[in-house]
Amino acid sequence: MATTLYEKLWQRHVIEEKADETPLIFVDRHLIHEVTSPQAFANLKFHNRVLRHPERTIATMDHNISTRSIEINAAGEGAANQLRTLEKNCKEFGIELFGMGHKNQGIVHVMGPELGLTLPGTVIVCGDSHTATHGAFGALAFGIGTSEVEHVFATQTLRQTKAKTMKIEVKGQVAAGISAKDIILAIIGKTGSAGATGYVVEYCGEAIERLTMEERMTVCNMSIEFGAKAGLIAPDETTFEYLKGKEYSPKGQIWQQAVNDWQQLKSDSNAIFDSYLTLDAKEIKTQVTWGTTPGQVTQVDNVVPSPEDFSDPVERESCIAALKYMGLTAGTKITDIAINKVFIGSCTNSRIEDLRAAASIAKGKQVSPNVDAIVVPGSYRVKEQAEAEGLAQTFIDAGFEWRLPGCSMCLGMNDDVLTEGDRCASTSNRNFEGRQGRGSRTHLVSPELAAASAIAGHFVDLTKINQANQANQANQGA
Amino acid sequence: MEKFTQHTGLVAPLDAANVDTDQIIPKQFLQKTTRIGFGQHLFHDWRYLDATGEKSNPEFILNSPQYQGASILLTRENFGCGSSREHAPWALQEYGFKVIIASSFADIFYANCINIGIVPIVLSEEVIETLFQSTNDNSQQFTVDLAACTVNTESSQYQFNLAPFHKYCLENGVDSVGWTLDKLAKIESYEAQMPAWQ
Repeated sequence: MATTLYEKLWQRHVIEEKADETPLIFVDRHLIHEVTSPQAFANLKFHNRVLRHPERTIATMDHNISTRSIEINAAGEGAANQLRTLEKNCKEFGIELFGMGHKNQGIVHVMGPELGLTLPGTVIVCGDSHTATHGAFGALAFGIGTSEVEHVFATQTLRQTKAKTMKIEVKGQVAAGISAKDIILAIIGKTGSAGATGYVVEYCGEAIERLTMEERMTVCNMSIEFGAKAGLIAPDETTFEYLKGKEYSPKGQIWQQAVNDWQQLKSDSNAIFDSYLTLDAKEIKTQVTWGTTPGQVTQVDNVVPSPEDFSDPVERESCIAALKYMGLTAGTKITDIAINKVFIGSCTNSRIEDLRAAASIAKGKQVSPNVDAIVVPGSYRVKEQAEAEGLAQTFIDAGFEWRLPGCSMCLGMNDDVLTEGDRCASTSNRNFEGRQGRGSRTHLVSPELAAASAIAGHFVDLTKINQANQANQANQGA
Repeated sequence: MEKFTQHTGLVAPLDAANVDTDQIIPKQFLQKTTRIGFGQHLFHDWRYLDATGEKSNPEFILNSPQYQGASILLTRENFGCGSSREHAPWALQEYGFKVIIASSFADIFYANCINIGIVPIVLSEEVIETLFQSTNDNSQQFTVDLAACTVNTESSQYQFNLAPFHKYCLENGVDSVGWTLDKLAKIESYEAQMPAWQ
């Protein structure tokens, strides 16, 4: 029978499937961090249970650390207590920890892939909803709660209800200047914030196949923002090329065996999905969210919608509430919305290609005097590379603050928070009320648009900037 | 985990869709290493007018005198979306909620509820609308019967679906880790046949 990639991954991992029990599946890799693990360790100890596979468990510090100092105490008292608790637990249970100052430290979903810990055909879980990021490699990866973290600690398995499958095909090629962030925001705009609840989504089509691994991670990262359990992209030569030689990737003969195996990991051409969505890549424009869920999104050359634009009464009410919270008036041009904060970072957009894209816009320009802008690399390795390539200096010269790696202002668990009324162009993944600080207003955008908005002090139509730059270059050439 | 068989309690109607876990428990309260102490911060930014939680917001439904002591939360679609933080259901449970009724839940939040003993009940949008209309003006008690999978209001009875194993775990307060550890031999035989790279 023809099967989808998800069904193949499921079959490879199912340990027991009985009519009266939720199926039991094996977990290959368990990533942990300081915020969602302490209570799981505490329960494990309370029950006097062993951690089944410490070698399949990797820890990092990311959620509540300071981006100004690698000192644990700089994170503040509560955070420092969580960080020290993680250190103690990792030591006690023999788990490898990439703590503050470690060369492998970084946001868990940046760190895993860049080290080759994320492999096709594996099941990867983490107490964090953006674990879907790792699906970019053809891994079944999803976020779990703390009780499930404890279950994985003790058993290296999880009980999971089998999800439905959705195929999202992005046909053709995107226009120049359209990023992976625009692709995924456009998808969420079509499905709404819960359009894929109960589904595992597979992204495919020419526009997806042409993406680099980092761009694929940006797409899969936001799968949870329209409710999907996980997002998948079938592994291909781009995937294998990216993984080859990475620190934790298989080596030698095992590498060859692995690649042979991974090449089988794709949906059969005649496989049936439970649901389908098709987008035309060339229709996708630069995206900006205007509301308080990622599905409340529009094109940069559009206007803020009006409640009357929505026929569904719940959506209409949500629009009214969102406009009130966001301090926006229906009909305002998106490019007329002034911002005073910019955040470039998060597990969605803090990898080296994101920073290159943002730096290429910032180069030789100055951040608007009305804007405070920070750039937070996703990991220590990204930071080192950005500094070596001169990107960090480009940002600093343009008036951006260059910080240390961490989750930072994406969720504002550390001191990188917005204050009431701040309006931020953010490359992160959630624009929920208060997400970046009580009373703050978040607009989700690509790194390119975040950088351009920092300079202009408001959202800008990137195609116009690109045209102006081209004209400028042509003039200089003449 | 506490066993759940039947519960009768006051219903609090929270009329909002897409209530995310950042709203249920904002990030500034996630720096604990225990499972307790979250209830007082439930819905913090809606519940209080100030950052420190001293000024109660009279407009927020849970602050209304008639909903004090509520143990059943009635809400709308996609409840619990966003972050995987189990702190959200911990906060709801510590506040006193034993049952949440909505037209849909986010997947991770739903699993978290089952794992800690909150009963998440899915009813159709039409039924949810009817329930909102009946609870908006007067406080009501519902009775939830897990064995029969029913929600009983003053005038009607509604059937809901729950996966058999979820129902079993809630009814018996099953220690799910212990349950799985009893199947260790199956896990070991799976591990024995895995390819080297996996």
